[in-house]
Amino acid sequence: MSETAIKPRIEKVPLREQFFQKLPVLLVPMLALLGLMAIGNPASWLTLTVAGLAMGMMIFIMASGLTVVFGLMDVINFGHGAFVAVGAFVGFTVLAWLAGWTASPSVMLNLAAVLIAILAAMVVTGLLGYAFERVIVMPVYGEHLKQILVTMGGLIVAQQMIYVVWGPDELHLSRPEAFQGSIVLGEAAIEKYRLVAVAIGLALFLAMRHILKNTKVGLLVRAGVENGEMVEALGYRIRRLFLIVFMTGSALAGLGGVMWGLYQETITAHMGSEIMVLVFIVVIIGGLGSVEGCFIGALLVGLLANYTAFLAPKVALISTIALMVAILMWRPQGIYPVVKAK
Amino acid sequence: MLTRLLSGDTPRSGLLTVLLLIVLISLAFAPFLFPGTKSLETAARICIFIVLVASYDLLLGYSGIVSFAHTMFFGIGAYGTALALNTSGPNYGSLIWGTLAGALVAALFALAIGLFSLRVKAIFFAMVTLAVASAFAVFVSQMSWLTGGEDGLNYKIPRELTPAFKLVNEKVLGVRINGKLVAYYLVFFASAVLFLVMLRVVNSPFGRTLKAVRDNAFRAEAIGYRVVWYRTTATVLSAVMAALAGSLLAIWLRYTGPATTLSMEIMIDILLMVVIGGMGTLYGAVLGATLFILAQTYLQNLMGVAAEATSAVPLVSTLVAPERWLLWLGVLFILSVYFFPSGIVGRLRAGRA
Repeated sequence: MSETAIKPRIEKVPLREQFFQKLPVLLVPMLALLGLMAIGNPASWLTLTVAGLAMGMMIFIMASGLTVVFGLMDVINFGHGAFVAVGAFVGFTVLAWLAGWTASPSVMLNLAAVLIAILAAMVVTGLLGYAFERVIVMPVYGEHLKQILVTMGGLIVAQQMIYVVWGPDELHLSRPEAFQGSIVLGEAAIEKYRLVAVAIGLALFLAMRHILKNTKVGLLVRAGVENGEMVEALGYRIRRLFLIVFMTGSALAGLGGVMWGLYQETITAHMGSEIMVLVFIVVIIGGLGSVEGCFIGALLVGLLANYTAFLAPKVALISTIALMVAILMWRPQGIYPVVKAK
Repeated sequence: MLTRLLSGDTPRSGLLTVLLLIVLISLAFAPFLFPGTKSLETAARICIFIVLVASYDLLLGYSGIVSFAHTMFFGIGAYGTALALNTSGPNYGSLIWGTLAGALVAALFALAIGLFSLRVKAIFFAMVTLAVASAFAVFVSQMSWLTGGEDGLNYKIPRELTPAFKLVNEKVLGVRINGKLVAYYLVFFASAVLFLVMLRVVNSPFGRTLKAVRDNAFRAEAIGYRVVWYRTTATVLSAVMAALAGSLLAIWLRYTGPATTLSMEIMIDILLMVVIGGMGTLYGAVLGATLFILAQTYLQNLMGVAAEATSAVPLVSTLVAPERWLLWLGVLFILSVYFFPSGIVGRLRAGRA
């Protein structure tokens, strides 16, 4: 009996190909090493690297939602930046209400205030994502041109609504006591908040990976990315999955907005469209639809932006464009292109 | 003769013809019909934006490509002229070579971006252009030794185009005939010529192929047209037109800065003008640009009145405050993408049939 049973044979990928698959992961340490050589001074290099990683993590948080939404629904949301801005404004408002908590030296109260602010921002942006999907995106599924135009229109309206609700001025807020100041490691000073940002970003990345790889929802999302019609044919309501993913993506943008706002300590209504430039670069570098690619891309952009800001401040933004061009020359679809079975 | 001038693309709707004639006559005789500096400024702005918006429609409406780098090309043209006038003095030679250099640089940029990113999806091109254009804007404001940074450049233009120059000493029809008027007619006729050239392009075999590529790229490729070549050419052409419009703006304003040429706000304005006027028809650009700029200049006053009237109602008064006019245009924009994607012109033409 055992001889007749047909066993699936899983071919082992040759080592060479495995290496090429993993090669992009090496880009991050390679870039860090290059940075060390260019900067020379290990102490300032460490400071810059941590700053770069923190920036990369925050960009990743904002970009991950966008890229998954694109992978699953073939929708690129140009209004994503609005969620970032709204998240930041909601978060700041909550933190301003809890001023007593943030000013107190107790770490627990500080943390609680930030957590409440983040939660509020995520709930609001999640709901906003629901409205956005239902009202703005739903009628134009499958039509890229209209999607770009309509989501751009959504961005305009959302930005103007921020002006209506919060007024035209920018908001300032200092970080809670516990996140201020820096840790001195040898000669290098590392801001505490950057470490927190790195931790949150890393946790989020691992959580996303876990959900996508090991849970039923993740399985459905991945299957939907590859072939949505088939998932629907198997009896799953893919529209609802779309909606959940869209709302999650929006909530993540809100989280990213709060974190970015606390990082900069100043927020404006058009901060979203400014960050969107970096987010788009990251999503393109990573390969539209890929979470891993997005993560690597975000770290690369964060590190490069900080290194060049130190070495040659004038070319900081140009350098990220150059990075994008270089990556696209190497892999025209981005680091990890998403395979569509269509 | 007239049909030939319009390249056989007549408005094809009575009301549309009337509207276009009103725009044309108002612009042609703007200095005499609407005396005053502000209205002349508005008229010149409308002329320039008609060219700019029409060149964007070449991409969006005729080729189905969404680009966010159009202001970059506009800015390159403006800075080309501005830098030439600034460095080699206010004469016609520098004006011409600056304009040509701006157009050439814009063409090269467009070629590079097009070849690089038009091979893949439309969405990809939109994202790449957005990133490149904002990087360019930052770059320009940082190169302050050359471009004047955020403050921009103030420069002199040839004397014949400035108010100091008197063509006729007496007033004609109550209007002083000075260099400003000459400059206005330079802008007007240049815009008209550029517009007619674009009309020629979209009604040529090339333009028809562009539409075919827009409607079904796969099929066009199968018939034997090289899709990438057509898309890239359209991009380059529209970039050159945008750069020339930028040069006109530089000549008219005698000032070039990031806020007037490169900012994202202008990009959004262009997008709104194209969509509200009507995608895929250059007459849409005329109506879109005219209505939008009139709204920008005069609607705000109206909204100010509305805000005064409703100042007792807290939320409504902030919603109709003059600064919030973009909010309503944004709503109008979304609605027009849904309900009349062919814009005002498409509506008018459909109404006739």
